[in-house]
Amino acid sequence: METLFTISQTDGRPMYLQIMEQIKQRVAVGDWKSGEKIPSIRDLAVALKVSVITIKRAYLELEREGVIITRHGIGSAVADDADTGLRLYREQLEKHLDEAARLAALIGLSAEELQQRISSAGEKLRKEQS
Amino acid sequence: MTDSALRMDAVQKSYPHFQLSDIELDLPEGQIMGLIGANGAGKSTTIRILLGLVHQDQGEVEMLGFAMPGKQVEAKRDVGYVSEDMSLYGRATLGWHMNFVKSIYPAWDQSFANDLAHRFDLRTDQKIRGMSHGQGVKSSLLLSLARRPKLLILDEPTTGLDPVARYEVLSQLMDVVADEGRSVLFSSHNTADVEQISDKIVFIDRGKIIDSRDKETFLDNWRRLRLEMPADTELPELPGVVQQQKSGRLGTITTNQYTPELQQQCRESGAQIHEVENMTLEEIFVAIVMNSRGDSVS
Repeated sequence: METLFTISQTDGRPMYLQIMEQIKQRVAVGDWKSGEKIPSIRDLAVALKVSVITIKRAYLELEREGVIITRHGIGSAVADDADTGLRLYREQLEKHLDEAARLAALIGLSAEELQQRISSAGEKLRKEQS
Repeated sequence: MTDSALRMDAVQKSYPHFQLSDIELDLPEGQIMGLIGANGAGKSTTIRILLGLVHQDQGEVEMLGFAMPGKQVEAKRDVGYVSEDMSLYGRATLGWHMNFVKSIYPAWDQSFANDLAHRFDLRTDQKIRGMSHGQGVKSSLLLSLARRPKLLILDEPTTGLDPVARYEVLSQLMDVVADEGRSVLFSSHNTADVEQISDKIVFIDRGKIIDSRDKETFLDNWRRLRLEMPADTELPELPGVVQQQKSGRLGTITTNQYTPELQQQCRESGAQIHEVENMTLEEIFVAIVMNSRGDSVS
């Protein structure tokens, strides 16, 4: 099986979260398409050399979030939802915005200052891409 | 219900200077169990009792459904065991050992054995005596793996191995449980190895099991909270606190009963939460050992 997953030991996040994120990325970029079958829990565990229970945890959470569906005896597949990719990016954005707001509060940034920072970050990205 | 690959129930063993007590273990088929403990904690004794090499004073031991030590002949047909002190015959080559094991165990898989020799970077015409420590460990492991045992028991398999050899060994252990009917028990004092591939984790210290549960539960329940408190305010009282420290306005609390609701509880006591940190298995292990020994980590 092709395994383009990288699990980092120095990344502070638990392994199951890293695996969830990388599966979501594959779905978001369209490598794993809606309705397509994905590796079984045990196969992915062996391929990534990560315990079965960790992959099981990642699949359960992904199922709860509606990214994949698991049918007993058949296996897991990407959920039948055409918008999955976009929805996942939106979720990621939401998470990063929450984190930005938290850090801003920690260093005493006002709401206006935070808005300004976000606008200039967008500006910078547009310049880099042009 | 899944069958147990191995089970220990209320096992005791006394030596003049060491006592193993109340050992409870249960490994369901198809899983990997990691036994973590400091040197002299009782890991090897536990494994030796399991294999019938040492007889328990009290308690029940079962391996692949066979009562130990009484039924060890039946049980050992499908059990592979590798330990550091296992002696191969120094004057013979690895190839000689392969033929020897093959003649005893009908399940021997010759092409898998050759494949392993290649992956482990071993030469079958090399004498055991001329091998490095790492090559010796890999040879023993090859001889066990190629029998395709249902249960593989390894005492400190990764100790003294270089990073590449360690990676190969861990990969092989994961390959074993690709088959749902096969299981692995391994001991280590390297928590990173255990954290990566184990489904179940057992901490052992001073002859006692001090904690045992599935890995995800372990990692989920433990958090370190970094807080900032208003002047002259004590740290909030939270459930499951294992360690806490305060210096000026800043404090840290380590809990083994973390839930997201605890954050609310902290805020209500006036604390500002700077960080909620996950902990590595190593940090958790040290905290549990220190706590059970009655010392505190500072």
